[in-house]
Amino acid sequence: MSEMLALDFMRNALLAALVVGLAAPMVGIFLVQRRLSLVGDGLGHVALAGVAIGVVTSTSPVWTALVAAVLAGVAIELIRVRGRTSGDVALALMFYGGIAAGVVIINKVDGAQTANLTGYLFGAITTTTTADVIVFAALSAVIVLVTVVLRQRFFAVAGDEEFARASGLPVLALNIVLAVLTAVTVVVAMRVIGLLLISALMIIPNAAAQQLSASFRAAGWWAAGIGVASSVGGVVTSYYADTASGGTIVLLAIALFAVAALAGTLRRAVAAARHRHAERHLHEHGPGCGHEAVAHGDHVDYLHDGHRHAAHEGHYDEHADHPPADADPGSGGVAGARAGRHTLGDREEVTR
Amino acid sequence: MSTDDATSPTVVDLRAASFGHHGRPVVTGIDLTVTRGEVLALLGPNGSGKTTLVTGLLGLSEHLGGTVEVLGTPLDRLRDRTRIGYVPQRHTLTGGVRATVSEIVSTGLLATRPWWRPAGRRDRDAVRRALETVGLADRARFDVDTLSGGQQRRVLIARALVAQPDVLVMDEPTAGVDHASQGVLAGVLHRLATSGTTMLVVTHELEALRGVVDRIVELDAGHLAFDGSPHGYAAHQAERARAAGRGAA
Repeated sequence: MSEMLALDFMRNALLAALVVGLAAPMVGIFLVQRRLSLVGDGLGHVALAGVAIGVVTSTSPVWTALVAAVLAGVAIELIRVRGRTSGDVALALMFYGGIAAGVVIINKVDGAQTANLTGYLFGAITTTTTADVIVFAALSAVIVLVTVVLRQRFFAVAGDEEFARASGLPVLALNIVLAVLTAVTVVVAMRVIGLLLISALMIIPNAAAQQLSASFRAAGWWAAGIGVASSVGGVVTSYYADTASGGTIVLLAIALFAVAALAGTLRRAVAAARHRHAERHLHEHGPGCGHEAVAHGDHVDYLHDGHRHAAHEGHYDEHADHPPADADPGSGGVAGARAGRHTLGDREEVTR
Repeated sequence: MSTDDATSPTVVDLRAASFGHHGRPVVTGIDLTVTRGEVLALLGPNGSGKTTLVTGLLGLSEHLGGTVEVLGTPLDRLRDRTRIGYVPQRHTLTGGVRATVSEIVSTGLLATRPWWRPAGRRDRDAVRRALETVGLADRARFDVDTLSGGQQRRVLIARALVAQPDVLVMDEPTAGVDHASQGVLAGVLHRLATSGTTMLVVTHELEALRGVVDRIVELDAGHLAFDGSPHGYAAHQAERARAAGRGAA
């Protein structure tokens, strides 16, 4: 490990991987929510045209790619707003036009040697310079800051655009900010995993996080963790296994997705086996439903014919059939309202 | 429900108003005044323009003519849109990601605070109160995906209620919900009505809202066809049935 860290380019590579692994899933979750998972891929295609312009004019390809991707991102939102069916075709023209122009221009300049092109398409992390890393870190910091501050607004607009507009949120402006963030993410990730694989780092950690969490908040944390683990882990693996860094990062992310899917399935199966459903009834417990409400840890049970029902997903669970005052004589009369610990064990001590 | 404008008895005032999409009117010549505390059911066959009319109040369809005032302010100058709480007609709440009930409900408060300010204690209290009103407080941390259709409808109502609007606009709140959940839903609407909430409910299912609604407005082919009490509406329908019977005979 220390031998790897002694290498300048590996330190840069690891830092670049760290910031990309953190930023990409934070933006990607809103693309998943809007079911626009492949937009990042399209922006990557357009960014190649930007890179080509940078190569031709001998300016830094990072900045020309950024301009191209941001323009494309904004164009996508404006096309979506018009809601025409031809919008889909317009996107196809833009995406494939971008990548085709990029390939043609770069090959024209570089001649037969395609190392430069391959580097942009599939990532060339070890060629990342210290200056690059500083730019990537600054851009990533902007991405993280904006997504953290506007997180709830992006969530609201992606979840229900109609309601967001009715409540007075600036829907188009928020969508354009998100499109710009997506474009910036594409460019930051370009050197690390390549323009063709960028979308993977925005989407796959979020897909994995969905398997492990029941809230948007928790999913965000999981996705950032999985993103960093796969990008940094992928770079380390590619160093020791001597493999392409971009592809290794994506394969690692897919492996983590498989582990998460398995863990999620197992957890649900265990939870289903360990708790007991109450008898089915059409009645829904709630305030003033006629059944006595009993505070039980972080939720409320309802006394139903002498046993306690607690809402759980689409049904009711049987919880301990005696109020805590009886079960635990030491805690006195206020036990019904105490903040008792609620565990799966509670559910098991039910007597039929 | 808000206190500052509680003195103004008129909540919504339409004069010869028309609404539509892409410049083409769908409903025209609507005169309608909704006063505070009224519960108004908006009926009419599919395509009669019910949804266009209510979404017009929300700025989602185009206002093409006449005057529209909400709380005494012309619609296009109404800054605080959360004064009109909107319960859209949606059969599912879930997008591509998981979210809890309280995460969904708290989005109803976003437009009430500046973009840089995170949710505070008062916002969290408002979310809890809105969930208590619709009877879902014990499910605040549930994944919305695990709720029944009727419960998801109540989450949408809580999301509209959380900003304490002056009028609640609901599009088919009871549609596609099983009978037992419809009962619970009607109970929630009844509770809101008795607490003085002004409501404008687009519906096909008047039966489910019996005892809640105190005024009925019927739209037909983009025009007002009836405006009166539920009692008067029953008479109006009987009259129409007789006329149809005579026509057939």
